Amino acid sequence: MLTADEISAVIVGKLLSNPKVPRDISGSSRIVEDLAFDSLAVMNFVMEIEDELDISIPLDRLADIRTIDDLATTIVALRTDS
Amino acid sequence: MTLLSKFDDVHNRLNSLTGAGGRNPFDVVIESINSSTTGIIEGRETLLFGTNNYLGLSQLPAAIEAAREAANSFGVGTTGSRIANGTQSLHRQLERRIADHFGQRDCMVFSTGYQANLGMISTLAGKDDFLFLDGDSHASIYDAAKLGTAQVIRFRHNDPENLHRRLSRIQGEPGGRLVVVEGIYSMTGNVAPIKEFADVARECNAMLLVDEAHSFGVLGETGRGAAEAAGVLDQVDFIVGTFSKSFGTVGGYCVSNHPQLDYVRLQCRPYMFTASLPPEVIAATMATLQEIIDRPELRTQLMDNAARFHAGLNRIGLSTGPQVSPVIAAVLDEVPQAVALWNRLLDLGVYVNLSLPPATPDDRPLLRCSVMASHTAEQIDRAVDIFAEAARDCGLSLTPKD
Ligand SMILES: Cc1ncc(COP(=O)(O)O)c(C=O)c1O
Repeated sequence: MLTADEISAVIVGKLLSNPKVPRDISGSSRIVEDLAFDSLAVMNFVMEIEDELDISIPLDRLADIRTIDDLATTIVALRTDS
Repeated sequence: MTLLSKFDDVHNRLNSLTGAGGRNPFDVVIESINSSTTGIIEGRETLLFGTNNYLGLSQLPAAIEAAREAANSFGVGTTGSRIANGTQSLHRQLERRIADHFGQRDCMVFSTGYQANLGMISTLAGKDDFLFLDGDSHASIYDAAKLGTAQVIRFRHNDPENLHRRLSRIQGEPGGRLVVVEGIYSMTGNVAPIKEFADVARECNAMLLVDEAHSFGVLGETGRGAAEAAGVLDQVDFIVGTFSKSFGTVGGYCVSNHPQLDYVRLQCRPYMFTASLPPEVIAATMATLQEIIDRPELRTQLMDNAARFHAGLNRIGLSTGPQVSPVIAAVLDEVPQAVALWNRLLDLGVYVNLSLPPATPDDRPLLRCSVMASHTAEQIDRAVDIFAEAARDCGLSLTPKD
């Protein structure tokens, strides 16, 4: 099973494939502030990650997620639960 | 940061729309209505191509008369909730007629379609359940998800295979599953593949709720919507709809064969804690329902008109969705371009809806148009000509496809 760091790296890689995303992002980048994503963009980006990692992240979990690392930690927690 | 400083951002965004002398697109006033298809805006006669009044029934003489009679006998308001003093014989009659029209056991009438979605979805999907929403769902469906306590999972727009994958991921977990889709999507006019969704729902033991807000009176052999058109009306657990589009009035409803609908009435807060529809609206809605049943030719006319308008916009080089439906959205690349075109259209006497991201899918601005059965061929052609002229005036380079 992938660790949180490995998942963070997958997410950063996915984000960088979008030319509109700043080049200097890392696991500690904040999704809304640093990536300038609006609410819909966040949900659409999470959907990409869900399908990449074959996991579903319930929408209410998104409220607690600020950074890419937070997202990775949530994914690890969801995988451990199921 | 004060309580009110969160509005700075809205203030700035609104200013950027109106800065170059443009109108506030959220504050257009229709000064008077001449017919279902024309009204006066800024003193000018304007063609209405953005009212959702698909069958033109907001002006139906029989409905106006029924409203007048109901107000005479029952007054103009119920001053109470459906579960207290707000249920009159008219409310029950309307529920019976809608349930019969759908061939379903029962119907609940709500004060708006927004509340019907808010109430049904948040009440059906409870704490230990899973709610699956199409990614392009209407705000009322997202708000229902927030009001409710279920775990909410979004699937890719109009993609039954993606829904299947997401339902499979939670296989074996306890709790019910509710899948929510729309018949016709309000922004793009996309039609949902209801049969495929119904197949996935059945296979994965999920219940299916279809919001036919924009498809009732429009799709299906007897106008009952996308589920009827797909031949799977009997496989949909709950159908939600609104009176504010094809019915031409205001209000919302849910029909179902599940006898538990009786108990939803006693659990559903957006049904219980608000006043019921006034008698004149109920009476007018019964009259427009009868018109929808009696005059199937309205639907044929509507689809012919939609095809004519869709082909017209494509001919002058605007891009729209591939499907012909009464919601036709011209997709533009940049917000300023869409704002300028929308303003110029209104100068030239055509009213459409300006829809901006993030309320639109794919982050692109739309000029959302809705076609009516009551538009004449001349009105449609004239609107297309005005689109071409406005696009030229705004310096948009379109490549006509002749
Ligand atoms: C898909 C959809 N559902 C529900 C609604 C809400 O309908 P109402 O205007 O009756 O609140 C709308 C319309 O705004 C809609 O587009």
